[in-house]
Amino acid sequence: MTPENLIWIAILLPLVAIALVFLVGEKSPNIRESCTIGVAVTLFWVTTSLAGFVFSGERPSFKMGEILPGFEIAFTVEPLGMLFALVASGLWILTTVYAIGYMRSHHEKNQTRFYACFASAIFAALAAAFAANLFTLFVAYELMTISTYPLVTHHGDEKAKKGGRIYLGILLSTSVAFFMLAIAWTWTVAGTLDFTPGGILAQPNIDGKISDFQLSVLLGLFAFGIGKAAIMPFHRWLPAAMVAPTPVSALLHAVAVVKVGVFSILKVSVYIFGIDLISETRLSEGANPIMMSDWLCYLAGATILLASLVAMTKDNLKARLAYSTVSQLAYITLGAALATSDSVIGGGMHIAMHAVGKITLFFCAGAIYVGAHKTNISDMRGLGRAMPLTMGAFLLATLSIIGLPPGGGAWSKWFLALGTVQTGHFWLLAALMVSSLLNIAYLIPIPIRAFMTPVGETPMKFKEAPMMCVVPLCITAVGSVVLFFFGNEIYDVLLPIATSAR
Amino acid sequence: MTEFLGLYNYWIVIFLMMTGFYIVIARENLIKTIIGLNIFQTSVFLLYITMGKVTHGTAPILKSSHGGESHGGKSHGAEHGQDLHAATEGHIDLSVDAVTEIYSNPIPSVLMLTAIVVGIATTALALALVVRIREEYGTIEEDEILEMDRNS
Amino acid sequence: MIEQLPILVIVIPLMAAPLFVLIGNRKLVLLLTQLVCWTVFGVAVSLLSRMQYGPISYELGGWPSPYGIVYNVDYLSAFVMVFVSGLGAIVITYAPRSVDKEIHHSKHSLFYASYLLCMTGLLGMCITGDLFNVFVFLEISSLSSYALISLGKTRRAPLAALHYLIIGTVGATFFLIGIGLLYQMTGTLNMADIANRIQAVEGSRTMLVAFAFMTVGLFIKMAVFPLHTWLPNAYTYAPSVVTCFIAATATKVSVYAFIRLIYVIFTPQFAFEQLPLDQALMAFSLVGIFVASAAAIYQTNIKRLLAYSSVAQIGYMLLGISMSNVGGLTAGITHMFNHALIKGGLFMVVGCFALRIGSLKLEDLRGAGKTMPLTSFAWVVGGLGLIGVPMTAGFVSKWLLLTSALSLELWPVAVLMLLSSLLAVVYIWRVVEILYFSPASHLAQTAKEAPMAMLIPTYVVIGSTIVFGCWTVYSAGIAQAAAKSLLGISQMGGVQ
Repeated sequence: MTPENLIWIAILLPLVAIALVFLVGEKSPNIRESCTIGVAVTLFWVTTSLAGFVFSGERPSFKMGEILPGFEIAFTVEPLGMLFALVASGLWILTTVYAIGYMRSHHEKNQTRFYACFASAIFAALAAAFAANLFTLFVAYELMTISTYPLVTHHGDEKAKKGGRIYLGILLSTSVAFFMLAIAWTWTVAGTLDFTPGGILAQPNIDGKISDFQLSVLLGLFAFGIGKAAIMPFHRWLPAAMVAPTPVSALLHAVAVVKVGVFSILKVSVYIFGIDLISETRLSEGANPIMMSDWLCYLAGATILLASLVAMTKDNLKARLAYSTVSQLAYITLGAALATSDSVIGGGMHIAMHAVGKITLFFCAGAIYVGAHKTNISDMRGLGRAMPLTMGAFLLATLSIIGLPPGGGAWSKWFLALGTVQTGHFWLLAALMVSSLLNIAYLIPIPIRAFMTPVGETPMKFKEAPMMCVVPLCITAVGSVVLFFFGNEIYDVLLPIATSAR
Repeated sequence: MTEFLGLYNYWIVIFLMMTGFYIVIARENLIKTIIGLNIFQTSVFLLYITMGKVTHGTAPILKSSHGGESHGGKSHGAEHGQDLHAATEGHIDLSVDAVTEIYSNPIPSVLMLTAIVVGIATTALALALVVRIREEYGTIEEDEILEMDRNS
Repeated sequence: MIEQLPILVIVIPLMAAPLFVLIGNRKLVLLLTQLVCWTVFGVAVSLLSRMQYGPISYELGGWPSPYGIVYNVDYLSAFVMVFVSGLGAIVITYAPRSVDKEIHHSKHSLFYASYLLCMTGLLGMCITGDLFNVFVFLEISSLSSYALISLGKTRRAPLAALHYLIIGTVGATFFLIGIGLLYQMTGTLNMADIANRIQAVEGSRTMLVAFAFMTVGLFIKMAVFPLHTWLPNAYTYAPSVVTCFIAATATKVSVYAFIRLIYVIFTPQFAFEQLPLDQALMAFSLVGIFVASAAAIYQTNIKRLLAYSSVAQIGYMLLGISMSNVGGLTAGITHMFNHALIKGGLFMVVGCFALRIGSLKLEDLRGAGKTMPLTSFAWVVGGLGLIGVPMTAGFVSKWLLLTSALSLELWPVAVLMLLSSLLAVVYIWRVVEILYFSPASHLAQTAKEAPMAMLIPTYVVIGSTIVFGCWTVYSAGIAQAAAKSLLGISQMGGVQ
């Protein structure tokens, strides 16, 4: 099969899943879920075979046609998007398995809608991953916001309504007010929106259509417009979205939604601005020139630290994980803003590493809720004895998030740190180090405490969550360690995005 | 000054127009409002008829006999050169004799026939609505009606 | 036969209306009305399909052009006629159940006759090339819409209709005064002819006054912000079907007439360069968008909410028109079409609620998402279109407007426009939350899903907002052709 065909097949498959889910409906849940899993496995197979082509240097593309005169929906697969698509489609299988266990043991309502929206979110994630131009990316981005809203508000109660309001309000308003404006502006000055190696804004900058300062403003519009990247002060939607059922939090708020955000930022910095343009445009001359992206670097650094600090204060496990995600996402934004080849690769890697690690943590949080009905960290003392697998997986994933070997996160943080050194931002290097310490401080105590003796002598009545929940989380935990040993391969795969710019 | 007075029919039009408009705005009684609307419309009829009139022009009826007074009558008002132009050009099939005669422009009058019909239809519909309003509210004073709506 | 198509658009509904009053049998009349509407739609579509061979000019009664009345069909008029007649047809297909409930049986045949007259007037305004004819058709559509609005169930309906009548008649009379003054200066009523002769008298005070009267007259009919006061009550108290039709079409046709006025009769050079109408329009539209959207947020009646939203949306169309380049004009014309679909569809959803729940107060709609899932979902989709989410028609027009504003470097306009669309999120989502997340009111609890006879047409319209969000050959494509020909005509006029 040609890679061109694989693209549209991959994008179409989630839509097939939606159709199947609706066709089967509530009548026979088993068939409905096996449809989803079947499609998810097929999708993973398709993306892996597509990855074979892409990682060997091909750039297959597929045009859907113009939506508006001059603005077309088109897909081109490059390594960064391929990596993201692989992560999203691979984790979709595991999440579906996990969701079956979680949703059924909780007797959740509206499961048909749940699986359908889930598939449409994956559809949007793939479309974004493969997008050939900013316009397509924007369409996919907005589709994802809309299709995940019913997932966030799944419970349909007052809390869900409030959470959904913040979720939709922030994501929609930032994307409309900033992102869309930024895209239209880019189009006006560059005359194209195609993702081009080396960027499309360098020439207009030379031609004087957009000044250095305006470039910096445009970067700001992108950084804040892509609200899914959760740069402070537009991060509030992420904790708010934690009202969703845990599988949703796991896939969407560790993988699909947030990663679409940072992925978009990376894409914009690499293919729209071009890392050369970002790293060489100065706002002021002198011994210590101010670069156009400096403010974004420091904002990302501040987000990293502040979110970690807030995470320490949270007793609710999911809320703590949410703030941890905000902090980790800022790493990737930092990588894009530093715009050296190592930092961009580090950012790209972190998409995969953090996704696998964080989804494990969320799975564990859900499994604890299913098995022991506990949401607060302070209640989890001694839980490790009753749920050794879950807590063991939690510990492994924690290593990856902190950035300690043998967790995969070690590599991505290493490259990001290299980036800060190369650009001379030693304060940011310090921020990365402090943040890692903070990570240890707020994540490690959870499994440690769980493996300690419970308070009092009351024997633990809890046992592990259903197998459907435990198996996926064990797989992802192992995966986060396995990725550590594939760090070199991922680096090689991502190298073209940084070098093609040169 | 003569020019000012010479345009007296326009002053009448404006006076009527403003009177009607004022009544529409100021009166609370629905019937009076409708009458104001009528006056307002009527002023426009006058405006059209005025502009169609050519000084010393006769009714635009074809006479089989030779043309009567063939001297150039001044068109009404200062800026009306085009009227004459239109009045003559409007009658392409006139005989040579007839062209020499000065006619008033018939088109504005014809247009006003249509506008009068429209005006009558509007008035009829408005009155019908007022009847229905009175059936429902028992009054045709607008402030009272609004008061009743506010309370309900 | 084919060369008679332009007149058929007018004659068929115009003749049918009195005939239906005579027939009087409500079932037969309903059937025939649907037949007539779909026929007219077919004629309009075939006219549009012939536009690739150039514009059509039809001389009534064989009188040659400047002396007799001509009907002109070009891209713009054919496009507007297609969506006006198309929405007219689909609304009348949707109508029977709703009309049955909301209008007394004895008045049905009169209702359908007025409906056809209203459509005749709107189509006539599009097709005619004679300025006085525009006035006549304007009054035909207005008078019939006053009558239609007054048929509403509550006692406030006649009052709303009377208010609309008074304001509307003032507007139409203003327009008539403008026509008179124009005629005085140019001696002709044919639009193309006026455009040719207008250079000679351009800049005179009479011209300015004529232009002012006509603009204000049309502003009233379009419900541009400070002159919109008639609209919310008229939309709110009219029968559901009437609101669907009028909200979708009437203001758009007035916008169309306004485009003709500026771009064909008075050139854009006159309106935008000699007069600062473009800045005035931008200011009016932006203020209108913000004020009306903010007002929509605080409404407690779903119809009134949409009515205020309509006032706001007119602003977007005028914004596009005021830019007076191909991009902006395309955006304005596209938004006429897209908004007609979106608002028509949303009012059809409201009609379904009116039928099953019987109240349009937001508090009575609480929890209707559970008992009327299909209807509520249609609201969500249509609402997304109104907000302008990608893949919906609303996005297309918003995007065109945005890129056009940026290409003219109208930064404040672009930013304000985007911010204002966030207000739409608020008022649409307020209803969504009420439908889905509130405990059910006792009216909504017992409500049944709307009948298929209404849901299918609703979904056709709502679905088409998605279709025209992904595939714009026949919306933005035609609008662009129309914009180009409009600007081309006015440039030729400048040369002559």
